[in-house]
Amino acid sequence: MRQFKGKAVQLPVSDPTLLEVTELETVFSTRDAQIFAVNSVSFDLKAGEVLGVVGESGSGKSVTMMSLLGLLPSPPARIRNGSVMFSGRELLNMKDAELRKIRGGRIGFIFQDPMTSLNPVFTVGFQLMEPLRRHLGMSRGAARKRAAELLDLVGIPDPAQRLREYPHQFSGGMRQRAMIAIALACEPKLLIADEPTTALDVTIQAQILELVRGLRQKLGMAIIWITHDLGVIAGIADRVMVMYGGQIVESAPVDELFGNPRHPYTKALLATVPSIRGDRADKLSSIEGITPTLTRRPAACAFKPRCRFAFDRCGIELPRRTGLGSGHDVACFLQDGQGATSNV
Amino acid sequence: MFHYTVRRLLYAIPTLLLISLILFLLLDLAPGDPTAQLPLTIPPDVKERIRASLGLGEPIHIRYLLWLQQFFVNESLHLISELTGWDISGDRQRVISWQTRSPVVDIVIQRLPQTLWVVGLSYVVGIAIALPIGIISAYRQYSWFDQVGTFVSMVGFSVPTFFTGVLLIVIFSVHLGWLPSIYDTTHVVTDWNSFLFQIRQLLMPVFVLALFNAAQISRFMRASMLDNLNLDYVRTARSKGLAERAVILVHVLRNSMIPVVTVIALGVPSVFGGAIITEQIFKVNGLGQLLIIAIEASDIPMVQTLSFIFAILIVLFNLIADVIYGILDPRIRYD
Ligand SMILES: Nc1ncnc2c1ncn2[C@@H]1O[C@H](COP(=O)(O)OP(=O)(O)OP(=O)(O)O)[C@@H](O)[C@H]1O
Ligand SMILES: [Mg+2]
Repeated sequence: MRQFKGKAVQLPVSDPTLLEVTELETVFSTRDAQIFAVNSVSFDLKAGEVLGVVGESGSGKSVTMMSLLGLLPSPPARIRNGSVMFSGRELLNMKDAELRKIRGGRIGFIFQDPMTSLNPVFTVGFQLMEPLRRHLGMSRGAARKRAAELLDLVGIPDPAQRLREYPHQFSGGMRQRAMIAIALACEPKLLIADEPTTALDVTIQAQILELVRGLRQKLGMAIIWITHDLGVIAGIADRVMVMYGGQIVESAPVDELFGNPRHPYTKALLATVPSIRGDRADKLSSIEGITPTLTRRPAACAFKPRCRFAFDRCGIELPRRTGLGSGHDVACFLQDGQGATSNV
Repeated sequence: MFHYTVRRLLYAIPTLLLISLILFLLLDLAPGDPTAQLPLTIPPDVKERIRASLGLGEPIHIRYLLWLQQFFVNESLHLISELTGWDISGDRQRVISWQTRSPVVDIVIQRLPQTLWVVGLSYVVGIAIALPIGIISAYRQYSWFDQVGTFVSMVGFSVPTFFTGVLLIVIFSVHLGWLPSIYDTTHVVTDWNSFLFQIRQLLMPVFVLALFNAAQISRFMRASMLDNLNLDYVRTARSKGLAERAVILVHVLRNSMIPVVTVIALGVPSVFGGAIITEQIFKVNGLGQLLIIAIEASDIPMVQTLSFIFAILIVLFNLIADVIYGILDPRIRYD
C-alpha cells in the first residue's frame, strides 16, 4: 500500500485523473415505484489508484458501477443526470459503438456472482477469446494462445486443457479466476471488481486478493474494488468510499478512514468488523435499524433514522460532502466545521 | 451419450410392444365390422367366408401374434428384399388392408410424399417464421411488434385449422378464384408453369398449418429468450464490449434454443401423423386422410399399423429430442 501511494503522488501533475464521475443519478422505474438507487454520486480516480467501495447491501454500489458503462437494463434503469469522464471522454452520451470499445477493452468488469456470470453453453476458452478477438483483433490461434497465458496468469493450472472446458466444470473459485482473466484480457486501464471474493471461501479470497494486487503492480491499472469486507479494503485500497442509501457519505485515504472515521455510519461499520477477516456471517448488516427505502429522492440525511447523534437539522436538510483536508470528506452535519453550524 | 442412446433404444422395445398390444385390444373392442358395408345381396355364407379369409375367426391372442409376426418379421424381410433384390421374404403374409387387399405398408409409402410435402413443408415454414418472431418479440418485449406478434399467435393457436382452412377457401377459391381449393396429388411438376401451379395449390394448406405451428413455436421461442435475456451472463457478454447482435444471436440464442429445439423435435411425429383435419379440408390424400378413411371402413390392420407407426415415431423423436438436448447443453451428461 504505502509504496504505491508514494508512487501515486509522483504521477505527472498534468492530468492524472483517469475517471471522473460527477453528480451521477440512476433511477429504476418499476410498476409501482421509482427507486432512487444512485443519488448525486461524485468521485474520481487517478491512473493506477485502487479505490475501495463499501456499504451495506442495497446501498447502490453495483448500480453505480454498472451505470458508468451503461450495463443496466433499460428499462427499468435510467440515468437521470451526471457525467462520467473516462480518459477525458464522456461515457454517458457516447455512441454505443464507441462505448463498446471501452467496455472490455479499456475497462474490465468482474461481476458479483461468479456462478452465473459465465455463459453455461460456451467453453471458457471461447468466452475468454471473445474480448481478445474483438478488441485486439487477434486471430483465433493467437487469441487461444493468449487466453491460455491469461488463465495461467490468474493461477489456473493446465490452462490449455481448461480452455476447452465448460463453466460447470470449474469450481466457484476457478470461475471467478476465469472472470478475472476475461476482465483483464485486454489489459484495461481500469478494473471494476464487484465483490469478486464474496462468494468464495476465505483461502480462495486471500489468493484472489493476492493475485489482483500482483496484477495491479504488473499492469499498472486502476481498480475499483467493491466489497462488504473492510478487512479486504484495508489490504488493497489506497482510498475508500463509503456508500449509504445510494449516496457517498464518506471518502478518505484508507489509513485516514480506518484511523479517523468521521461519519457515524462509517464508525458503526468499523465497529462491526469481525476480528480480522473472520466469519462473514457478521457482516455490515449487523448495524441496528433497517436499510433505507429508496423510493424518494433523499431530502434529508438518509442515515438519520439509525443515527445515535442525529439532531433536528438531519431530518430537514441533506448534508453535503465537505472536505476535511488531506483528501478526507464526509457528508454529516456533525463534521462540517464546528458542530451543527451551516456549511453554506 | 452413445451408451445412453443405445440403452434408450433398448428400453423402447418393451414400450412399443406394450403400445402395440394396447392398440390391438382397443381396436378389437371397436364395434365396426369390415363386412358391414358389403352389399346386402351377398349371401350370408359368402360373407362368412370373407370374414374367415380376413382371419376374424381366430381367437384374439392368435390374431395379435399373427399381426406381430406380419409387421415385425414379414414386413422387415420384405423391406430388405426390396432394398437388396434378394428374395428372402418368399411369399410370407404381409399386413394386408381389408379395404384394398393390398399391403398396408405399400399404401403408407405411397401416401407419405403428399403428407411430407404439405405438412412437412408447413412445419419447416412455421419454424422459419416462428424463430425470428420469437427472438424479436422477446428482445423488444411490449413493443408494437411484440403486441402484434402476441395477438397473431393467439389467433393462430386458438382458431382451429378447419376454420382458417375453410375461410381461406371461401375467400381465395370461391370469391377471388385465385387458388385451387383442392390439392391435386396427381399433379407432376415438369416445367415452370406446372411448378407455379404446385406452389399455388400448396399455398393455402401450407399457410393454414404453418400459422398454427408458428403460433406455438414463436411463443416458446419468446418465452425462452425472455428467460435468458436478464441473466448475468448476458451482462458479462455486454461488459466484454460485444456488439448487441453477438450478445443476442450468439450468447442468448444458443441458450434459448435448447428447450425450443426439444419442442420442435417432439413435434415432428405430428408431421407424419399428417394434419388430419387440414388434409381432409384440402383433399390432400396423405396419411391423415388415409387414417380417417381406414377408421370409417373399419380397416383394422390399416388403423393398427398406422397408429403403431406413429407410436414408433413418437418414441423415436422423444429420444432424438433428449439427444439433441444433451448436445446443446454441455451441463447435461447422460452417462
Ligand atoms: N433491476 C432493478 N430494478 C429495480 N431496482 C433495482 C434493480 N437493480 C437494483 N435495484 C435497486 O437498487 C438498489 C441498489 O442496488 P445495488 O445492487 O447497487 O446494491 P449493492 O450495494 O450492490 O448491494 P449488494 O452489496 O447486495 O450487492 C437496491 O435498492 C436495489 O433494490
Ligand atoms: Mg452489488
